[in-house]
Amino acid sequence: MWKWLHPYANPEVSYHLTNRLLPWLSAFSAIFLSIGLVWALLFAPADYQQGHSFRIFYIHVPAASLSMGIYVSMAIAAFSSLVWQLKLADASAAAMAPVGAAFTAIALITGAAWGKPMWGTWWIWDARLTSELILLFLYLGVIALHNAFEDKNLAGKAAGILTLVGVVNIPIIKYSVEWWNTLHQGSTVSKLGKPSMSLDMLWPFIFCFIGFSFLVALIICLRFRNEILARNSIRPWVRELVKKHNS
Amino acid sequence: MQFNSFSDFINMGGYGFYVWLSFGTAALILTALLISSKAGHQQIIDQIAKRKQREDKLRQARELRKQQNVQQKTELNEVTE
Amino acid sequence: MTLKTQSTQETEKLTAIIDDSVIKGLALEGDTLHNSELQNSELTSNAQSSAQLSYRHAFMLVLKRDLTIAMRHKDDIINPLLFFVIVITLFPLGIGPEAQTLSRIAPGIIWVAALLATLLSLDRLFKSDHLDGSLEQMLLSPHPIFVLVLAKIFAHWLITGLPIILIAPLLAVLLHLDENSYSALFLTLLLGTPVLSLLGAVGVALTVGIKKGGVLLSLLVLPLYIPVLIFATSAIDTAALGLPYSGQLAIIAALFFGSLTLAPFAVGAALKVSTN
Repeated sequence: MWKWLHPYANPEVSYHLTNRLLPWLSAFSAIFLSIGLVWALLFAPADYQQGHSFRIFYIHVPAASLSMGIYVSMAIAAFSSLVWQLKLADASAAAMAPVGAAFTAIALITGAAWGKPMWGTWWIWDARLTSELILLFLYLGVIALHNAFEDKNLAGKAAGILTLVGVVNIPIIKYSVEWWNTLHQGSTVSKLGKPSMSLDMLWPFIFCFIGFSFLVALIICLRFRNEILARNSIRPWVRELVKKHNS
Repeated sequence: MQFNSFSDFINMGGYGFYVWLSFGTAALILTALLISSKAGHQQIIDQIAKRKQREDKLRQARELRKQQNVQQKTELNEVTE
Repeated sequence: MTLKTQSTQETEKLTAIIDDSVIKGLALEGDTLHNSELQNSELTSNAQSSAQLSYRHAFMLVLKRDLTIAMRHKDDIINPLLFFVIVITLFPLGIGPEAQTLSRIAPGIIWVAALLATLLSLDRLFKSDHLDGSLEQMLLSPHPIFVLVLAKIFAHWLITGLPIILIAPLLAVLLHLDENSYSALFLTLLLGTPVLSLLGAVGVALTVGIKKGGVLLSLLVLPLYIPVLIFATSAIDTAALGLPYSGQLAIIAALFFGSLTLAPFAVGAALKVSTN
């Protein structure tokens, strides 16, 4: 496996790989997202309790789960960059942070917009919403630390350490927030019962989820490509590429 | 199809504002991110090209100066001879 | 092979000399009373450093050095403490003097103020050492960074955490904290403030090389403090109801030991990045 992976540690090879991946990723994300969203908005049945506001679910849940997934993959990238000194893993972690922050923000905003008709307020200190908010803070910290360093390589290492510290803390934070929430249950409106999903609700959800995953991969690839170029700007192959691109 | 008319679809059974708010902000954030990531590529290429131009200019100036120095030296030599 | 061992011996000798010069520099700064004391320790350390300083000795040396420096700049100790006191006195002014409301929110206020006071004092942990270059010397010395970092963090806790613990009961009186929860307040502060110092050290180590690291530091560190805050305040609340709070205390202790074992590694790695 290592032999097979080895060439992709070369920036030039992985740059061209992302270039080749991009059309496929954009095609797949466009197909899945358009099918999923049209299905979710037009054809999926309304929830018998929540009515049509249930359609927010089709963005909220994929965004929330992807926001956590991106943090975990960022931590894996940071770990491999610190342990095996892979420069590209650094670049990929740097590419992931803004995407993760965007999805966390989407999960929070859609959560608030869903909460207003359901709970009557824009914000309640629900365990899941609170831990999502803290996740946003962690993302913003990583991004801010990234921007604070002039040297991209140093920035990647520092942000990697912070990401790893964060990923150790996330389960603790999540657990403590959940525990805190059950303790103060009296002050909060009762949570929504987990809706048992019927199949005609599940299918559009699956399409939306896959579509959003492809979109995440697409944006990360785009940013990863930029990071590679920015970090290798003095290499001959980048110079060649720039010349070819501008002529 | 769950809706009878277009206005029904916009209204979303009274929840129109919340549904469209969340879909709208999600679309807005994601397209902004997508466009900025896409535009970043050209920006970085332009940056690198500009830096290369500057380096080329500096190198040319250095070579020019070197040539001038050589010329001056030869001229000086001719004068002294 | 022999060449290698020779070179390592050479570097060890060199670092021993550097250590000595650091100690001497400290001794020169000190007044005469300190001078003789430090020279004594220097003699003993000289005798040992010909072989190698033991971990305990290195720990004590760094600890003593940091405490001496802190004693020279007393306002660095007093200012965060004053901040702690003033923030707490602001709350009754903002919320109103009703004893019932105040005793209800007292644990939260005291703990949030303690978080902020610790955050305010964290900057000092590595900054001046980084500026005068002694941090890099510390990283170059043959002793494991773990020990040295732990000593620095312990010194930081002695300077900031301990005064907060000592003054907290006084402020609890101002906020009409329930009488049952004084011991809980004391115990949670005793176990919780070291966690604040340990986690904060990671943040400081990451931002020490950056010019305007102060605001960034709060963004990095405060989310990590949330579990301590939650469990500490809930322990105090539970104690006010007269119920056993050993569960929360055990979790804070777990957080303490977890961060005690893991944080110094992260601090060491971060310092290596920052001083690069």
